[in-house]
Amino acid sequence: MSLDAATLRKDFPILDQVVNDEALVYLDNAATTQKPTAVMDEMVNGYYYKNNANVHRGVHTLAERATVQFEAAREKVRRFIGAKETAEVLFTRGTTTSLNWIARSYGELAIQEGDEIVISYMEHHSNIIPWQQLAKSKKAVLKYIGLTADGQLDLADAEKQITAKTKIVSIAHVSNVLGVINPIEKIRDLAHAQGAVIVVDGAQSVPHMPVDVVALDVDFYCFSGHKMLGPTGIGVLYGKRAHLEQMEPVEFGGEMIDFVNLQDSTWKELPWKFEAGTPNIAGAIGLGAAVDYLEKLGMDQVEAHEQELVAYVLPKLLAIEGLTVYGPQDPSLHTGVITFNLDGLHPHDVATALDMEGVAVRAGHHCAQPLMKYLDVSATARASFYLYNTKEDADRLVEAILATKEFFGHGAF
Amino acid sequence: MALSRLDNLYRQVILDHSSHPHHHGILDASTNQIELNNPACGDVIQLQLIVEDDMIKDIKFSGNGCSISTASASMMTDAVIGKKVADALEMVQEFSLLVQGEEPKNLDDLGDAAMLSGVAKFPARIKCATLSWKALNRALTEGKQTTVDGHLHRDEE
Repeated sequence: MSLDAATLRKDFPILDQVVNDEALVYLDNAATTQKPTAVMDEMVNGYYYKNNANVHRGVHTLAERATVQFEAAREKVRRFIGAKETAEVLFTRGTTTSLNWIARSYGELAIQEGDEIVISYMEHHSNIIPWQQLAKSKKAVLKYIGLTADGQLDLADAEKQITAKTKIVSIAHVSNVLGVINPIEKIRDLAHAQGAVIVVDGAQSVPHMPVDVVALDVDFYCFSGHKMLGPTGIGVLYGKRAHLEQMEPVEFGGEMIDFVNLQDSTWKELPWKFEAGTPNIAGAIGLGAAVDYLEKLGMDQVEAHEQELVAYVLPKLLAIEGLTVYGPQDPSLHTGVITFNLDGLHPHDVATALDMEGVAVRAGHHCAQPLMKYLDVSATARASFYLYNTKEDADRLVEAILATKEFFGHGAF
Repeated sequence: MALSRLDNLYRQVILDHSSHPHHHGILDASTNQIELNNPACGDVIQLQLIVEDDMIKDIKFSGNGCSISTASASMMTDAVIGKKVADALEMVQEFSLLVQGEEPKNLDDLGDAAMLSGVAKFPARIKCATLSWKALNRALTEGKQTTVDGHLHRDEE
C-alpha cells in the first residue's frame, strides 16, 4: 500500500470500536468521512479553548487571533486547490450552498428566457434542483447529458446537448453513486467553445485526488469539508475573480458590507462580500487542519491508495454470484465508491445485514433519483473507501456480503 | 456471528410474506387510492381499496420496497380486509405502538403483522414497516373517491 493505512488509523480513534459485536468497518465515506484527532484538536483546543472570538470586527487580541486563524484556513484551502488568490475562495455551508449561490447569483446574471443549462444524469440532487428552480423562474431549459452503457458521461451526447444557447454547464467531477471520474477538461472545452461557463461539483473529487482549479481552467468549483476529514457545516465555493466581481451576494447582513446608508449599501471586497453574518469560524479552522493533514500525506498518495483498494476489492465483488456493480467495471476509472445490488435482495436489507456484521455502508437512492431511474433500479447499496481503509476492510466487506447471501437463502427469496 | 441478531427482524413468516406478498397487484376499480413514498430511501407503495358500507371489501398494493416494507404491506392487507374503517384506523395506531417497542392492547387483531415487533430494535427500519400503514391511514381518512398524492403507476409492478 502506498499509504500505511494501519498506522493512519491511530489518528482516527472512532474507527477503533465494536458495533453489533464486530469490529467496525466504516465504508460510508462518500456520505461523510471520519475526522482525525488533529482536526478536532485544532477546532477545540486551537480555537475554542484559546482564541474564540468573532472575526474581522474586534480590536482586541482574541479577535485578532481568531481572524488570523480563520484567514489562514482560507489560504490553506487556496493553496490546496491551486487558486490564484484567496479572494476567489468563499466559505459556504457546503457544496449544496455553493451550488445554490451560483445558481441564484450567477444564474440571475447569465440566464435569459430560452437559454439552456446543461447537467447530466449522474448528478446529485444538489446539482439538479438549484438549476431546476433557476430554469423555472427564468423560463430557461434544463438539459441532461446521457451516459454510456458502463456509466460514463456520453461525450458524443455532451457535444449535442451543449449548444450556442447554453450558458451554464454543471457537472460532478466524480459521481457519488458510480464513482466514475468525469473528463472535466473535455466538458469544459465544449462549454467554453459555446461561451458557457462550467461549474464543477467537486464534493467527491477534492477529498480523493489532486485538484488544481487553474490547471482545470473551470469557472466555478464547489466542495464540502466533511467529506475530506473536516467538520460538517463548512464548504467552499471557488470562482474566477471576473465572475465573482460581477455577481451580487445571495445573503445580506453584517460582515459583508462596506458602507450602510438608510436606503442603500455597498459591499466589501472579495471574498467577504459573499459571507454575510458570523461565519463558521471553527468549521473553517477545522477544514484548514484537514487540508494540512491531507497535504502531509500527499493527495497523489491518497489517490494511489484508493486505486489499490478498488483494484483489490472490485474483482472480488464481481466474482460474487448475483452481485451487480453499477458503473465502470474497470478499477482505473473508479474512485473508492462502489455501488452494487444483490439479486433478489433489497439494498436496505443488505445494509442492515452488513451492519450486523460491523460493516457500515449506505443504501438508498443516494440523493440521485434521476440516476436511479436511468439505471432502472429503485435503490442500491454503496460501499465507499477512504485513506484509512485497508485490504482487511475490503475482505470484511466481501465476507459480510457472502454471509448476507447465506442468511437470506442464497438470494433465492 | 452477529448476523444471528437478524433473526429477530427477519423471521420466516416475514420472509414468506416478502417473497410471496398477499393482495399484491392492481384493482380494476377502487374507491380509495394513494401513492406514498419514503423519501429517505425511495421506497414507494401504491395502495387501492374498495370501501363499501364503511367496510374494507377489497385491498391491493404494489410498488417498490425492501423485504420489511413488502412483508408489512402484505400483512397489513391480510389484517384489514373485511374490517370496519374505524377498526382499521385503530389498528394503524396499534401497529405504530408495536414497532416502537410498546405493547398494544389488541395484539391479536394485527394477525401476522404482530410478528414485526422485532423492528423496534432496528430504529433505522421502523419507517420501512410503517409505510403501508401510513398509506392505509391516509387512503381511509383523505382518499375517498380521489387520488390524493401523485398518481398510480400501473406499469410499475
